[in-house]
Amino acid sequence: MSDVAARPAPNLLANGWVKTGLILVGVVAAAILGARLDGSGTLYKIFIDPFEQMVSAPDLLVQTIWEGLVTGVLYALIALGFVLIFKASGVFNFAQGIMVVFAALTLVGLHEKGVPAFLAVILTLGVMFVLAVTIERVVLRPLVNQPDIILFMATFGITYFLIGFGESVFGGSPKQMIADQLYLPKGAIDLNILGGLVSLQKIDIAAAVIASIMIAALAVFFQYTRIGRALRAVADSHKAALSVGISLNQIWVIVWFTAGIVALITGIMWGARSDVSFALEIVALKALPVLILGGFTSIPGAIVGGLIIGIGEKMGEFYWGPLVGGGIESWLAYFIALGFLLVRPQGLFGDKIIERI
Amino acid sequence: MNAEPMNRTGEPVAAAKGEVLLSVEHISLRFGGVKAITDVSFDIRKGEVRAIIGPNGAGKTSMLNCINGFYHPQEGQITYKGVRRARVKPHQAASDGIARTFQNVALFKGMSTLDNIMTGRTLKMNRNFFWQALRHGPAMTEEIAHRKVVEDIIDFLQIQHIRKLPVGKLPYGLQKRVELGRALAMEPELLLLDEPMAGMNLEEKEDMCRFILDVNNEFGTTIALIEHDMGVVMDLSDRVVVLEYGRKIADGTPAEVKADQAVIDAYLGVAH
Repeated sequence: MSDVAARPAPNLLANGWVKTGLILVGVVAAAILGARLDGSGTLYKIFIDPFEQMVSAPDLLVQTIWEGLVTGVLYALIALGFVLIFKASGVFNFAQGIMVVFAALTLVGLHEKGVPAFLAVILTLGVMFVLAVTIERVVLRPLVNQPDIILFMATFGITYFLIGFGESVFGGSPKQMIADQLYLPKGAIDLNILGGLVSLQKIDIAAAVIASIMIAALAVFFQYTRIGRALRAVADSHKAALSVGISLNQIWVIVWFTAGIVALITGIMWGARSDVSFALEIVALKALPVLILGGFTSIPGAIVGGLIIGIGEKMGEFYWGPLVGGGIESWLAYFIALGFLLVRPQGLFGDKIIERI
Repeated sequence: MNAEPMNRTGEPVAAAKGEVLLSVEHISLRFGGVKAITDVSFDIRKGEVRAIIGPNGAGKTSMLNCINGFYHPQEGQITYKGVRRARVKPHQAASDGIARTFQNVALFKGMSTLDNIMTGRTLKMNRNFFWQALRHGPAMTEEIAHRKVVEDIIDFLQIQHIRKLPVGKLPYGLQKRVELGRALAMEPELLLLDEPMAGMNLEEKEDMCRFILDVNNEFGTTIALIEHDMGVVMDLSDRVVVLEYGRKIADGTPAEVKADQAVIDAYLGVAH
């Protein structure tokens, strides 16, 4: 082609990733230089020492990343519940966290009443379906066409209702998840690699596998089926969806029920790692930084965001935590999210808002 | 009110095609104290192009919203295919074969042209949730069959080049065409078009006119459209109903309406 020479050289700096990369390289170079010149050794402890530790003890690094990965998968699952409902109804469902607790409590509670484990799972699914239908009838339908903030506040109402209802039916004390009865694996696999011992809990492996399968299934369902298309359509425009014969009420029941299924699986997995209590609801708030990172409307975003937050949190706690006396795990996620908000407010995979003026 | 007798006597019937598909009888619609529509009656006959015209705020869009179930009129009744419909819901209207487009395009902006038009097939597709979820067997065969129909519509509307583009990025004229495509994918018996030519340039208007006439001629689809461009209305429609301040002031063939003194005073007189 003759016009190749006439074409201007591509401006590499215009590419966001190249720019970000250059800035990162600059920061690292400045840090290393600073650490060399630094007398007290503070900069050395922040910028050099953690990485030296990572290299000198790779087994600890692998262990930390694995722990972060598993936590991240569970964050991703909770975030997924948020994304499902946000996509289809534009409602930020504050109640997703309590739905996880409620589903797990129902399962354990039913089993305590003498229902066989797998029957209890099916019954719990039934309860989540009834919950979805009830929310659609009692909360969403009367509030249709109200501003988003009204619906958001309504989900606060759902949260407190579920807390009260759950406590009065199942009691407030923490419960043990029925992991054995559901044939979830126990114990750990110890790997002798990298000159040390890396211990992988079997339940964590199971959680990662089950979560991956579920996420893949949901992604295919959303992308390629009629109902998935209808869900995305509703997310874009209510009146247009109505005009092609999509029933909003039906779609809302489907998404809330799907979010309920996700909540149940999250509850089982999380409950099997610790116990089933209302404290889990606070953990569910970690889904917020995950969503800011990944974008509120993206399923892959929820997953990647969850993994970044999970791994970042554990690495931060393990390598940098001791510098400030530890305990940074509880706020580091929000800190990372804040950084992201400054650079990329729509999240990694979120829809960039296109507005014709 | 010379419109009523005109409807009953011989002349307009000559212009009208076939039997009555939809009839609107004494419809009144209020929003609190605001009367959007007051006691309006007209009918739409099978196979015709029926125009609804009138100045801004005459209640034209409200009328369409009543027909496809977005609004529920307080008084009067709507009979569609011989069935009197009480409080119809939009998705029921859609499954009865009423499709529509909107004044300010309402598309699924994040989705491609192809996916947008595919949503129009929603009601034609088998409802089996299980196969859907597996994306296998009957659901897959079905998906392919519907895809064929949609590709035909894309060819018909000459929008092959934007099949895979997200519609939010398309120019307005093309968005309107995609929206028409989505309505056509429903294989409607009655197609409601709310200002299909609004905001278009001359060339786009001519294209759109041609598509509307083709749909009417080739598929025999009954069309009810709202339009401001009088030239377009006169060329396209078989019969015209004129609304002003929520009331019907005339009803008849384009020529009759044009000659009607009430219409000239209320609408044409102002515009020209």
